[in-house]
Order: sequence, then C-alpha cells, then structure tokens
Amino acid sequence: MAKILFFAEQRNGELRKTAAELATIAQRLAAKTGGTASAVLIGPDTHSCAEGLGQFGVKQATLITDSNLANYSTTAYALAVHKLIDKINPDLVLFTASATGRDLSPAVAGLAGNQVYSDCTQIDFVGSTLKVQRPVFAGKTLMNIAIDNKIAFVSLRPNSYPIKENACAISVDEFDPGLDEGAFTARVTEFKTSEATRPELTEADIIVSGGRGMGGPENFAGIEALADTLGAAVGASRAAVDAGWRPHSDQVGQTGKTVSPKLYIACGISGAIQHLAGMSSSKIIVAVNKDAEAPIFKAATYGIVGDLFAITPVLDAELKKIL
Amino acid sequence: MNIIVLVKQVPDTEAKIRISDDGKHIDESSIKLVVNPYDEYAIEAALQLKETHGGEITLVSLGPAGAVTALRTGLAMGADKAVLIKADDSRFMDSQTVANHLSKVIKEREFDLILGGKKAVDTDAQQVGSLIAMDLNLPIITAIVELDLNGNQVSAVREVEGGAETVTCQLPAVLTCEKGLNEPRYPNLRGIMMAKKKTIEEKEISDGGIAVEIVSMEYPPQKAEGQIVGEGPDAVPELVRLLREEAKVI
Ligand SMILES: Cc1cc2nc3c(=O)[nH]c(=O)nc-3n(C[C@H](O)[C@H](O)[C@H](O)COP(=O)(O)OP(=O)(O)OC[C@H]3O[C@@H](n4cnc5c(N)ncnc54)[C@H](O)[C@@H]3O)c2cc1C
Ligand SMILES: Nc1ncnc2c1ncn2[C@@H]1O[C@H](COP(=O)(O)O)[C@@H](O)[C@H]1O
Repeated sequence: MAKILFFAEQRNGELRKTAAELATIAQRLAAKTGGTASAVLIGPDTHSCAEGLGQFGVKQATLITDSNLANYSTTAYALAVHKLIDKINPDLVLFTASATGRDLSPAVAGLAGNQVYSDCTQIDFVGSTLKVQRPVFAGKTLMNIAIDNKIAFVSLRPNSYPIKENACAISVDEFDPGLDEGAFTARVTEFKTSEATRPELTEADIIVSGGRGMGGPENFAGIEALADTLGAAVGASRAAVDAGWRPHSDQVGQTGKTVSPKLYIACGISGAIQHLAGMSSSKIIVAVNKDAEAPIFKAATYGIVGDLFAITPVLDAELKKIL
Repeated sequence: MNIIVLVKQVPDTEAKIRISDDGKHIDESSIKLVVNPYDEYAIEAALQLKETHGGEITLVSLGPAGAVTALRTGLAMGADKAVLIKADDSRFMDSQTVANHLSKVIKEREFDLILGGKKAVDTDAQQVGSLIAMDLNLPIITAIVELDLNGNQVSAVREVEGGAETVTCQLPAVLTCEKGLNEPRYPNLRGIMMAKKKTIEEKEISDGGIAVEIVSMEYPPQKAEGQIVGEGPDAVPELVRLLREEAKVI
C-alpha cells in the first residue's frame, strides 16, 4: 500500500513530457501495491496542468500556488515540498532526473536527512521493498538497490519509461506551505529561454549528433537540416564542443548529457568510451563514419561507412520523401 | 576569502569497469584513479577566485588512504592545504553519510564558500553538494557554468531544459560546478614540487558509514551485433528502409 508523491514539472503552465512519464510510473506502482499516487505542482497557473495528469490515471494533485514561487528557488521549492511531505507522509517521493529534478530532489531529501537514488532506469516494488536500478560509472555497470526506508526519494531518468494513457477524474487541492523570506536563499533572477526550436536533448525521441568529423561549425547546418526533417534534437561530441563549434549544452557523454532516445544518429564521431557513456542506452544507433574501424560501429545498430558530407544530404533527401 | 573544495578520487573515465567477485562492487585492483573531472572545475574556480580575492583554499576528501594522490594533484594545481577523511569502503557509501562526514570537517573551519563537482563520475549521484548545503543550512546553486562574485553576492548561471537560469545568493554558499565553467589548469613542475611541502591532515572516522543496500551489480545488456548497411550514399535507401520497417523508429 504505497503512498506515492511525485513532483510534476511544468513550465509556463505547460506540463512537461517527463511529468507524463512520472505520472504513468507512479500510477503503476500505486496500482501494484494497492496504494495511491498523487502529484505536486508548484507555480501560479498549474490548474490545467494538474487536470492534464488525470489522463495518466492520477487521481489526486496538490497545487502550491504561492506567488513567491513563480520563479524557481532551490531551497524554497525544497521547503515547500518538504512541508507537503510532512503533511501527507508518503512512502516514496518521485522526481524526474531533469536539470530541475536533479537540483530539487537532493535538497528535498537533504531536508529529511535522507538521500536520493538518482537517475534510476528501473523501479518496482517487491512486497514492501522498493527495488531500483541505476546506472553507475556512466552506465558501464548497473547497480541494483533494495530500499526498505520508510520514505524513499528517487529520481527517474527521462525517456526510460513509456507513457500510458488511462484517463480518470482527478481531484485537485491547494496547499500553502507558509514559507517566509528566509526560505529564499538562492533565487532565479533571470531566465533566458533558449532560442532553439528543436526538442530538448534529454527529452528528444531522435537525436542527430556531430563530432570532430564535421570539420567546422558551419558544417553543422547539414546536421541541423537532417534533425529538422526528423523533428530531432542536435547533439555533439566533446571534441566538437571543445573546438567551440557547438555550445556546451549540446555535449553528449560522460561529462555532457546522458540521453536515451529511440534513435541516435552519430555523424563523424569515433565512439570514445566517454561519448558512448552518454548515448549507449539509445534504442537504435546509426553511425556514419569514414573509418570502418571506428569504435562507434561496435555500438551501432546500423552503420554506413563513408564520407558524411556525401551521405547526410542524401539521407535528408530520402527521409523527406517519406516523412 | 576562504574556500573549501570537495574532491573525490574516482576511476579514470577511460577505465574498463569490472564487477568484483562478490558481485556487488567493482574490482579496483588495476584501475587508474584520478580527481573527479567535475571537481577539477571546482578547484580551478577556487584558484581563480583566490587570484582576485585572496584567501586560502582547503581541499576536503573522504576516501581510502590512496585518495591522498588526488589531493596532491589539487595541491599541485595551487590549493593551499588538504584534509583526508579516511574511510576504506567509501565509494558507494550512502550519500547522506558522505555529506555528514564532510560537513563535520567543514563546520570546524572558517569558510566563505564551498565548491564541489556537479557529480562524481563513479556514483553519478549528483547530490553531495546539495546535501551538505541542507545540512549546514546554506544556499546552494548546482551545476553552474558561469560564476560572478561581487562582494558577498554570488551570481551564477546554470543550464536547464529550455534555457539558462541566472541564480543569485549571498555568501557563505555551496556551489557545484559543471563542465563549461572554466578550463582546469594542469599542475606544473613547480606546483608539483610545492605540493610536496603542503600539509594533508588526516582524520579517522569513528562512526563508520552506512552503505547503500546494493543487491547486485550487473553489466548493461549486451546489444545485438550491429550491421554495416553499406558504403557511401548508395547505402542510404536501405538504411531508411531498415529504420522504418525493421527498427520502426521513423
Ligand atoms: C574526463 C573526460 C571526459 C570526457 N567526456 C566526454 C563527453 O562527455 N562526451 C564526448 O563526446 N567525449 C568526451 N570525452 C572525450 C573523448 O575521449 C573523445 O576525445 C571525444 O569523444 C572524441 O570526439 P569525436 O568522436 O568527435 O572526435 P574523434 O575521436 O577525433 O573522431 C572523429 C571521427 O570522425 C570521423 N570522420 C572524420 N571526417 C569524416 C567524414 N568526412 N565523414 C565521416 N566521418 C569522418 C573519423 O573517422 C573519426 O572516427 C571526454 C574525455 C575525458 C578525458
Ligand atoms: N567522498 C567524497 N569526498 C569528497 N567530496 C565528495 C565525495 N563524494 C562526493 N563529493 C563531492 O560531491 C560531488 C558530487 O558527488 P555525488 O553526489 O556522489 O555525485 C563530487 O563532485 C565532489 O565534489
């Protein structure tokens, strides 16, 4: 009978896809244990987001609408969630291992004198024991953990869980954590929305990445065109980032982003262990590289050996015919 | 300006990780250990702050006796002194326990700023900095890619889904560092020589640690052998067919 609380992320009143993933998993775990799953949303206009969660079988959501919480603040958000936890006593608190979730979850857990099991790719209850699996050493091994704590904090890797619709009515209530000024120790004073029209790397279903083989920043136009045909995000190897061709936020790998899209297309990337660390859990990997011996071909589902400058435009054209 | 930098020694990112015979840990016998890459950004940030604001940089690590090597590297980069909290099996110690041990040592000192890495590349946990901040009741800004200090006012930038946040807080604070913040310097010969004379204080922990309840460690599932579809642009139509009909991803 697990009581599960999950932090549903939204931005500007729009539910993130990862919130739907969390809703699905929270609902599944609740159903399995005969327990309950409820969401917490923070922000001024989250009512319609909360209603949206009903689509995934979630029956209850709590809104924290304190106008001081319109902008994210780690400690204030953490205190707000912490106070809600005190009120409802959940057994399990779930977050998405997104940039926000990875910032917020340890702060919430820390307030409870606890820790988070972060970036888990599997989660299940076996009896009353919570079992999670998390990749460690950048995914070179997977750690299976059994948790018997009364309260467990877990963050789940985005894109690891399929979303399942299961519409139901959702009841929405409000909670006032009664925060004082002292809660706002660090504040977001400015938010620069990225101009990118493409999906977020960590949430994208398809990613097209370029490496040193791209030869220069201008050549990424080809990758971008291909990405746009596919509705994909654009990624890069560290070599391309360190050369200044792409921003740091595009880097995939051990010291970049961990991604697990349905399809990852690597162009002019050799497949160094640190790059593979960030993308090897992609479902399908395509490699385009002129060196038949490049290690990326060992990780790839499908490979084409040859000059990427000759191949990617043809690939783009072929895809345009069918998409 | 007194800065504490949290430094963990971790397996080199190139290292092949082998599961140990007990099936729950990893075999560290022939692994090269290095300073956690994100902690190098923290050390570099501390050195740059010291260059403008003066003060002292103290490195703090929890780890086995061998972790002094990582501390020596940080001292050779230019940190002033170091503390090693000795704990043999600390690699997968519960993060809250790690944070407690580190906080205890930090609390005994005067500091204006605590810097750490965004995450340790062994645990990939990304939380010790935040846990320490909560423990010491300090502001925390994680995964920063820009840092600006004006008097007691910290202004930092962190990248999140959909954009970049500028976050401000007052010192004392905890900041964790992301790639992109700076380019860590390499220790030079003079630095290495000087590091030999710097003190590394060693502490024993009395109350040990709680280990995470690891049931088992396993390798990721072996992917089916991939196929080379062909050479050059001529192979593209077949690739597209496979993506659509076999893999069903487009
Ligand atoms: C601590 C640490 C952390 C790291 N973290 C990361 C990380 O997070 N992410 C990451 O990516 N790397 C990381 N690295 C770096 C990693 O080791 C590699 O150096 C890097 O991934 C190489 O990038 P690349 O494949 O683009 O370049 P290269 O290894 O130089 O490969 C370029 C490839 O392009 C191919 N090529 C060239 N021209 C063409 C053409 N015209 N058509 C087709 N193919 C062509 C070549 O055959 C070659 O295989 C890290 C390294 C360290 C030490
Ligand atoms: N044993 C340790 N000793 C010193 N610092 C640590 C230790 N473990 C974690 N840290 C610091 O906390 C950061 C995040 O670690 P983690 O939460 O394990 O990913 C690291 O980059 C270090 O700066």
